[in-house]
Amino acid sequence: MSPFFVLFTAVTLIPVGYAVYLSLYRTEASGLGFGGAVDVFVGLGNYTRTLGDAVFRSGFAHVAEYGIVYVPVMLIAAVAAALLLDSALAKASRFFQLVFFLPSQVPGILAAIIWLYLYTPHVSPVVQWLTDLGATPNLNHPAWSVPAMANVAVWQFTGYNIVIFYAALKAVPREVIEAAVVDGAGEWRTAVGIKLPLIGPAASLAGMMTLVGVLQLFNEPLVLGSIAPGSISAVWSPNLYLYNAAFTDNDYAAAAAGSILLALLSGVLSFVVIRLTRRWRDLA
Amino acid sequence: MRTTSRFTSKAVVNGVLVVGLLYTLLPMVFLVLAVCKTPGGILSGDVFSLRELDPLGNLRALIHEDGGIYFRWYLNSILYAGVGALVAGIVCAAAGYAFDKYDFPGKERLYALVLVGVLIPGTATALPLYLIASKIHLVNTVWAVLIPGFVSPFGVFLARVFSQAYVPGEVIEAARMDGAGDVRTFWRIGLPLLKPGVATIMLFTFAGIWQGFYLPYIMLSDEKLYPASLGLYIWNAQSSTEDPAMASVVFVGSAIVILPVVAAFISLQRYWRAGLTSGAVK
Repeated sequence: MSPFFVLFTAVTLIPVGYAVYLSLYRTEASGLGFGGAVDVFVGLGNYTRTLGDAVFRSGFAHVAEYGIVYVPVMLIAAVAAALLLDSALAKASRFFQLVFFLPSQVPGILAAIIWLYLYTPHVSPVVQWLTDLGATPNLNHPAWSVPAMANVAVWQFTGYNIVIFYAALKAVPREVIEAAVVDGAGEWRTAVGIKLPLIGPAASLAGMMTLVGVLQLFNEPLVLGSIAPGSISAVWSPNLYLYNAAFTDNDYAAAAAGSILLALLSGVLSFVVIRLTRRWRDLA
Repeated sequence: MRTTSRFTSKAVVNGVLVVGLLYTLLPMVFLVLAVCKTPGGILSGDVFSLRELDPLGNLRALIHEDGGIYFRWYLNSILYAGVGALVAGIVCAAAGYAFDKYDFPGKERLYALVLVGVLIPGTATALPLYLIASKIHLVNTVWAVLIPGFVSPFGVFLARVFSQAYVPGEVIEAARMDGAGDVRTFWRIGLPLLKPGVATIMLFTFAGIWQGFYLPYIMLSDEKLYPASLGLYIWNAQSSTEDPAMASVVFVGSAIVILPVVAAFISLQRYWRAGLTSGAVK
């Protein structure tokens, strides 16, 4: 197991440590303009500078909007589909699960590209259908572009969670369900009254994991920004902002500080995940 | 009366599932049709009409685009994902096995660190990785993409679960009594018993690297080192401005990237279902 920890240290702990180090310094040209650059210790200066940038802060607001659309839709659809598949009424549940699961194995960037074309007027049948229904899709407006990005993620990850929730449902003791049926509970009552509370822990864990993922949003705005320049800028999400800080502005200090902030926020969310699900698990 | 209502609910339940199925399949069907259409046919808007078909022409265009570099990208993808999965499978199996079978100071604390690692998304560490890789001059080399793929905290978690289930402690004890060393015991007894677990870990790691975009996107600037999905992204980014015919090349290339993973997941259901299930009921 030591090789694992050598590698784990090399690819996780050292980079994070180095990023912390970089985030505390600023490279400045020395006083007279020659003699090369020097690293100046600026303490938390890069953090206040990055947090002080309204563009960086707006990135968090953007992914929050995106998360508010994506997370509930995905979770409700996944729980509902898992309950439907688990009910005695559904046919061919293995086949349905398999098909629902497959989009999660499509590389995210290619999923974004395929949907990009499905969102492009004059190419996409979908835009045509929406127009026929009387809607006027306009990706340059956030009311359309945010749900459009959320839809890519819903398409990709609902099925993945359906499989997990379905497995959790299968772990519910059959006697519990049979007892309910004997007591005269129908499919609907069993699903809502008995099964739903029992997959609560799995659903809350999946929800929190999804939230952590939402913070990292990158592919969808990167790809869809090309047809929606009016609503998705090149620095729309925190990760896009950091990418630009590092590779367009060559401001490694700001990129490092921002990465640490983002990782800290992810860490806090993960901690909340563990705490919340522990309480849920004890209850269950 | 009761049978009618049961029949109706059956129809509703299966109807809803079929609607979900259509939604899931829509982009895939669109991709398949787009692969078959001529470039003009895709951009004319009536993808679902079966006119202007030329799948072989699209494939030929893909083969010739940029001197056939796509197939180099494809081999790169296989290299990154294949080597990554192989190394990660063995390293994770060893780590999970050690967590299960040995006692050492700080074990549970280290394991907690692994679980935190499961929760940290790859994109969160990618930029720090880039910063350190540029410091030690590994940026824009094969290693910059390969080495991070070797580490899978989720794999270690799975390996520990599998080791508890498949490797009986008595067998290990017996091997030790016979004088086999720790490393030998692992290679000769632990690893073979863990085979189904290792296969699951390798499948997940392979798929994870195959799908990865952010890490190669920031690490690689030499297009000869691109994995296929990165190359396709770059082509697509060019096509919206310069060359609409590139769209069909991107579609064919995407289909060839998606196909093997989908095929693998259809044929290896036993393994990934086992992996997801142990994740769900932990």
